[in-house]
Amino acid sequence: MIEAQGLTKKYGDKVAVNDLSFTVRPGIVTGFLGPNGSGKSTTMRMIIGLDAPTAGRVTVNGKRYAEHRAPIREVGALLEARAVHTGRSAENHLRAMAATTGIGRRRVEEVIDLVGLREVATKRAGAFSLGMGQRLGIASALLGDPSVVMLDEPVNGLDPEGILWIRTMLRSLAAEGRTVFVSSHLMSEMALTAEHLIVIGRGRLIRDVSVADFIASASANSVRVRTPQSTELRELLLGNGITIASTDPGVLEVTGLTSDQIGVTAAAAGLILYELAPIQASLEEAFMELTHDDVEYRATVNHASKEFAA
Amino acid sequence: MTTTTVLEPTRVPPSATPADDGVTFLRIVHSEWIKFRTLRSSWITLGAAMAAMISLAALIGYQVGANFDIQSPEDALASGPLQGYFMAQLLVAVLGVLLVSGEYSTGMIRSTLAAVPNRTSVLLAKACVFAMVALTSMIATSFLSFFAGQSFLSHYGHGIALSAPGTLRVIVGTGVYLALIGLLGGAIGWVLRSTPGAISSILGLLLVVPVVLQLLPGEWAKTLLKYLPSEAGGSFVSSAQLPGTLAPWTGLGVLVLWVVGALAVAGVLLRRRDA
Repeated sequence: MIEAQGLTKKYGDKVAVNDLSFTVRPGIVTGFLGPNGSGKSTTMRMIIGLDAPTAGRVTVNGKRYAEHRAPIREVGALLEARAVHTGRSAENHLRAMAATTGIGRRRVEEVIDLVGLREVATKRAGAFSLGMGQRLGIASALLGDPSVVMLDEPVNGLDPEGILWIRTMLRSLAAEGRTVFVSSHLMSEMALTAEHLIVIGRGRLIRDVSVADFIASASANSVRVRTPQSTELRELLLGNGITIASTDPGVLEVTGLTSDQIGVTAAAAGLILYELAPIQASLEEAFMELTHDDVEYRATVNHASKEFAA
Repeated sequence: MTTTTVLEPTRVPPSATPADDGVTFLRIVHSEWIKFRTLRSSWITLGAAMAAMISLAALIGYQVGANFDIQSPEDALASGPLQGYFMAQLLVAVLGVLLVSGEYSTGMIRSTLAAVPNRTSVLLAKACVFAMVALTSMIATSFLSFFAGQSFLSHYGHGIALSAPGTLRVIVGTGVYLALIGLLGGAIGWVLRSTPGAISSILGLLLVVPVVLQLLPGEWAKTLLKYLPSEAGGSFVSSAQLPGTLAPWTGLGVLVLWVVGALAVAGVLLRRRDA
């Protein structure tokens, strides 16, 4: 369980994390979603005490991270940037980490096998590929058999096999009853792994929602109708909370009605329909819509073209 | 809290951990020792420091022995052949810096501080491990250097016995001096968090600042000079007290103050800054 209350981090004038409150519950994978630079990594660094919050507090299993007697047995963290000395072998890195709380050699060997690094365990970590580096980071995170696992952009730069491996790993960790908190800037990735979403933009909480609800809300969209009798149909459909746009002659885009309702109305009036198609925004589109105003760096060309079109 | 379908855990995380699972200072020291010994650069730098000092001692011993009458008196003293420490200190200082700054340059520091949130303990454990390694290896090196130099000097009939007054102090003291300089390098590493910055700072402090102060006119520069780490420590490792230098034990005290002060500054900054 991770609980953040009013978590705020300022770097000079710049507010990286702004009054963020959320709870990450055990037993499910919680996705931490936001555009690049939205404060995900800063939040995670504050959770494990690497950065001190300017205001607010965050606890893990009821205590501040640093108050735990054996922090790596509570929280296993993989941070975005590499956190391993390049001159040391994977095995020795894990041994040094393990020694801080008296974790034995057996557990070190166990996690090496768990992440599939056996063959390269004695090689310098500096010679590792990105994927191997991520695996070593995950081995470090799991070393203390923690009840909370927190991973910052774990699939970044991984090949499909590695991505699949991470997804399976996250789900099984959650199924074991652990709290699993994973950040990503890719909605599609989160839709596949997470059950719950915490969406932030510019350091502020935008949504705290289950993935199912998020998908449902993303699907509430328009219906495209092509008919030779568009004027008649338009008059029949118009009503409270219903908007109808017409891009081409004979084509209506109806928002506020389902395709079923439109079909019934058209049939009752004996109107001909050539096409009746619900248009679903993709999850990525829904996510971009949600964070639209909170993206820190945006191509200004988009702005220009939008205004021009308007 | 909203109740969602929390899956029945297929494997309960072993929460019944033994009572002795906490972070202790000894465990941090153990971890730091593993970190020290598993880096090849640690042993290469240490070995280079030892080799430099011992071979210079043999060279000085031979030179002084063979040309005894034309040497300056200081070279014929017990500390004479140990002057190779001047070279060794640069390597030991670099080692001290690397053990700290290497963690910052590779990102390892984040793993370290996540495992041990008590940052003062991390700093102290690292210093302890370094001090133990440096003291044993450098005192041993110092003895070996003494014997290497003396083997040549005795050959020419100018040997000094280990039991001669002040000799042991100079030999052990040289090892202690080197360990302290390494710790000073480590402290600068913590403060600057960058390998190039910290190495140039400690080498500047040891090599450049003394020369500049010597060149400057006026009494204050000379006074300041003798309190520099290299000069204060130098008076402790010399068999003869040269004019304008501190008394040996005063010199050691001043050097220790430098190290303690630098580590204190490092500790305060480490606690205050984001990792």
